[in-house]
Amino acid sequence: MDPIVDPSARRVSQGQAADVIAVRELSLTYGRGAARIAALRDISFRIADGELVVVVGPSGCGKSTLLKILAGLLSPTEGAAELKGQPITGPRRDIGVVFQTPVLFPWRTVVGNVMLPADVQRLDRGAMQRRALDLLGQVGLGGFERRYPRELSGGMQQRVGIVRALLHDPAILLMDEPFGALDAMTRETMNVELQRIWMARRTTVLFITHSIAEAVFLADRVIVLTPRPGAISDQFEVELPRPRTLEVMNTERFGHHVRRVRAALNAQGAGLE
Amino acid sequence: MIRRGPWAFVLRLIFLAALAALWEAAVVYFELPAYVVPAPSKVAYALYQGIESEVYTAHLYVTVSETLLGFALGCVLAFVLGSVIALSRTVEYYLQPLVVMFQAMPKVALIPIMVIWFGLGMTSKVVSAALVAFFPLMVNTIVGLRSADEDRVNLMRSLAASRWQIFRMLQLPGAMPYVFAGLEIAMIFALIGAIVAELIGAEKGLGMLMQSMNFNMDVAGQFSILFILAILGLILNEFISIVRRRVLFWDRSRDADVPSARKGDS
Repeated sequence: MDPIVDPSARRVSQGQAADVIAVRELSLTYGRGAARIAALRDISFRIADGELVVVVGPSGCGKSTLLKILAGLLSPTEGAAELKGQPITGPRRDIGVVFQTPVLFPWRTVVGNVMLPADVQRLDRGAMQRRALDLLGQVGLGGFERRYPRELSGGMQQRVGIVRALLHDPAILLMDEPFGALDAMTRETMNVELQRIWMARRTTVLFITHSIAEAVFLADRVIVLTPRPGAISDQFEVELPRPRTLEVMNTERFGHHVRRVRAALNAQGAGLE
Repeated sequence: MIRRGPWAFVLRLIFLAALAALWEAAVVYFELPAYVVPAPSKVAYALYQGIESEVYTAHLYVTVSETLLGFALGCVLAFVLGSVIALSRTVEYYLQPLVVMFQAMPKVALIPIMVIWFGLGMTSKVVSAALVAFFPLMVNTIVGLRSADEDRVNLMRSLAASRWQIFRMLQLPGAMPYVFAGLEIAMIFALIGAIVAELIGAEKGLGMLMQSMNFNMDVAGQFSILFILAILGLILNEFISIVRRRVLFWDRSRDADVPSARKGDS
């Protein structure tokens, strides 16, 4: 198995022009005066086109806040975030978000839920419907198109959530602990599944998690965030070859990366699972 | 605990028949005069006579018309105003004292005034029914539209949805379980409003008929009309339930079909 992705090599060849996301000296403070709470401090990073970057950190490190800023749902106090060279000042149509829970509408069928971005953004229904059915087939939900969310398991529901975020072919897929609510075994299966979907489409992904193993397994590059205020304490490439299988978790190289994340977290005195 | 099936249903009927027989026997045994407590047989006879002479049906038609018109009027206004209040903090701020005051007030107490303002005809009954039906639906509409889950709102916003799209695609369908609970209450409340208005002053209607029977000490007749009103209430309620099950096929929270808590007042 050859390494299909070698982020460092590609970054050299493509340079900064291909960066999908550029975050510069981003800070966010909640509240005013004495009640001010710094959620994020001086965050800077870039995400290259097609890269899968994982932000890992404990609860309360502001990683969800970071994602909300990139999704245009929150404005930073200082600094700026850019998507394809354009400052993110509000919600944008070329962003796909997957939340911690599937966030499906129970009154819409599976395909109806997937079609939500098309309905909101008034995209060509015929073409989008074909794309929706195609994507659902790719994630193993063929035959479930006309079912309702309550008839699906948690893992299947979150797949619908991922397909919905991919429907309008966003420039970046933002994933906020998407498998956090699933049981451990389903979660591992979903990690393999996500890697497969990602390798087929090469959508740029920013994935947020508090699981170190999940971070190392999925990432081209890991960004370690420490809490209060959230700040980057380490950042490194994971050059494990793809497609990775769950067995990779037993290898020494995997363990090396896990130890590095843990060291970055412990350096700041932050406990993690 | 409770055995279901055809045999249980038969037992239920036997139980009700036994209660009626007991009532009948008590009236005969204690020699209760019909103008105080009529025997079930007298009530059944009054019911038969009233229906056969088509007196009841003519009045029933008036009461049903008033109830349905009042229900429609009250619900349209309640839904529109509820939506405006749910969507606009400014409107909510200015209307809140009025809403709280009217909510605390027993709306039936306003009905005599409605009869003075709108006369003895159908208009005052329709207005009264609308008035009583209005509040439960308005309150439920507000709560329902505000019940939209924060994650779902964020999802819509992340897709760059407009406020109108968030309302139409998320808040409105999400509010439907609340709206239908409100509609069920509003339907029964509309019937109460129409009947009370008829009792106060009317030319036609079952309430007016009961009032005139009351003057004639015709208690059997009044019981027979109460029986009709109970059946009418059941039918109107079932009508809303059927529509609810069609619209809210996705909502499992009320599959057990437990009667909704009848919050409100009348």
